[in-house]
Amino acid sequence: MAILEVNDVNKAFGGLKALNAVNLSVEEGTVHAIIGPNGAGKSTLLNCFVGRLIPDTGSVMFNGQSLLGIKPHQINQTGVARVFQTPEIFTDLSILENVMIPAFAKVDGAFRINAWKTVGTRGEVRDMAEKVLEEVGLHEKRDIIASSLSRGDKRRLEMAMCLVQDPKLLLLDEPTAGMSRADTNNTVDLLQRVGTHITKIVIEHDMHVVFSLADHISVLAQGTVIAGGKPEEIKGNPKVQEAYLGGAHA
Amino acid sequence: MMFAGLSRNDKLLFAGFTIAALAMPLLAWPVGANYPDLLQKFAIYGIFAIGFNILFGLTGYLSFGHAAFLGVGSYAAVWMFKGVTMNVIPAVIFGVLVSGMFAALIGFISLRRSGIYFSILTLAFAQMSYNLAYSVLTPITNGETGLQLSQDDARVLDRMFTEQTAGLPSTNLFGLEMSGYPGFYFCCVLLIIAFFIALRIQRSPFGMMLRAIKTNQVRMNYTGFNTRPYALTAFIISGMYAGLAGSLLAVTDPLAGAERMQWTASGEVVLMTILGGAGTLIGPILGAGLIKYFENIFSSYNDGLLAESFSFLPDFLNDTLVFVIGPFVGEGWSLLLGIVFMAIVIFLPGGLMEGLARIHGWYRRRGQGDTGRNVAKQAAE
Ligand SMILES: Nc1ncnc2c1ncn2[C@@H]1O[C@H](COP(=O)(O)OP(=O)(O)O)[C@@H](O)[C@H]1O
Ligand SMILES: [Mg+2]
Repeated sequence: MAILEVNDVNKAFGGLKALNAVNLSVEEGTVHAIIGPNGAGKSTLLNCFVGRLIPDTGSVMFNGQSLLGIKPHQINQTGVARVFQTPEIFTDLSILENVMIPAFAKVDGAFRINAWKTVGTRGEVRDMAEKVLEEVGLHEKRDIIASSLSRGDKRRLEMAMCLVQDPKLLLLDEPTAGMSRADTNNTVDLLQRVGTHITKIVIEHDMHVVFSLADHISVLAQGTVIAGGKPEEIKGNPKVQEAYLGGAHA
Repeated sequence: MMFAGLSRNDKLLFAGFTIAALAMPLLAWPVGANYPDLLQKFAIYGIFAIGFNILFGLTGYLSFGHAAFLGVGSYAAVWMFKGVTMNVIPAVIFGVLVSGMFAALIGFISLRRSGIYFSILTLAFAQMSYNLAYSVLTPITNGETGLQLSQDDARVLDRMFTEQTAGLPSTNLFGLEMSGYPGFYFCCVLLIIAFFIALRIQRSPFGMMLRAIKTNQVRMNYTGFNTRPYALTAFIISGMYAGLAGSLLAVTDPLAGAERMQWTASGEVVLMTILGGAGTLIGPILGAGLIKYFENIFSSYNDGLLAESFSFLPDFLNDTLVFVIGPFVGEGWSLLLGIVFMAIVIFLPGGLMEGLARIHGWYRRRGQGDTGRNVAKQAAE
């Protein structure tokens, strides 16, 4: 069953057509990779899923419900979480707080004035956060301030912030960009280990990562899906070769 | 119940604060500030700053218009004195409620923007209120004269129980006159309550969300939080704190004028909060106390008084000192305040609380002592 159904989505920035009649269908429980050269429109496409951008035309259906025209926090509450290309974390707060906050969103909802109880009395939320921190390997660092984390750890933290919500769909925008080989392997390992039941869309440049994770690959070039299929089908596709070997930039 | 969930350190902090607040007359004695009028000001502006800090220190929204709520609280309280009773309880409640509603309105509109645009919107609203108080709203505010008590006030509740006296009545708490030390202690108890509520807010999930909004609002939205009502709630709470402070100003002196809403008064609470340490619990109160204390000293000086205090020096030295210091006292007090403020922002952006934490850390490194570590940690929060 398709959990996300993208139909004929178009998005232009002024004269630039960033997305051109994009169709995409993501099967529940799979990892769906989106690859393509820089500027192909991959991040723009994700932005259309989380309410950061509204497509000019087309539809985005999640579990049979349209995601267009509803606010980012409402989209999250329906079960879509996102890891950004540059980590969006709470830099002034501790690691534990960073993960407890999304847990609170999951447990208490989008808005609740619980100003009289202390955070300390909400053991169940803390337990959720600590469990995920164990899984991603940040538990020892839970009391330090997020701004002092390394780049790789910031990514890992943001992943923990999404995983703690146990989303139905997890969007990852270049989760290994700028990482060392070791950190990249760690991240791949993490994604294979944690939240395996969660449907994921991964934007990725690193072919090693793509082929280790993906069940399905869509290739985006100049705002259009030029190919889609199982990893082995994509590997040999001449159109993909062309897009990656500079044809798309000419 | 009241203390449920608070850590041991928080309970100690609250106990310490309560004792310090109640003992304020004693603590202020060595610096010659132990008279009720000034102590009362410490308590009132302390409340104002605690509330401001909930919006600015926790949530990160810098309002430049909070004096409007102070003014509204004063007007509302004086109206209660005029119309219903000189008892301070209804006046204070009314002041808090009216300014809360006013804050809901202004907050609802201003919070459509953030950053500098939010600040400018609040400033514009406050200036608008200030101008309206002088013009269209004269029937409510009594314009330039200010709203005062008069012999012909209705005071319906008081009239039912007591005969009208010849002079103007004074504010009271069920008969206890709110002047001198009783007046101070009334404000002091409210300061303690205000502090306690702020402490609970800061330690709650709600407070955690406010801090998260300050750090990264984008992340909050994509994490499933509707941030607008959080910010609006913080805005209303801080408006109610300002209204409480404003109504207490009217309790001390039942008179309300528009100048209380002027932008300089809005700026003052920003200075207090930053000077003491935005985001900390104690800092803003400390900032409020210090500014009110030094304002009291410096603004009363003039060149003549200065010359007198340096009269033991030879004439030419005396003249030089008066020439150098003169511009910073009396009317020039705000010049001095401005310089101190700049120095703080540049060298100690975390305010006095950061300074205290640094000094403490320095001592600890020297003494390698364990005791008091938690207190410093607490203080820094
Ligand atoms: N907010 C925006 N305004 C204008 N142009 C944009 C905006 N976002 C993206 N673009 C442009 O759209 C194209 C696709 O960008 P993007 O989706 O970020 O590509 P990528 O596939 O590298 O993630 C690029 O040419 C980019 O410059
Ligand atoms: Mg991108």
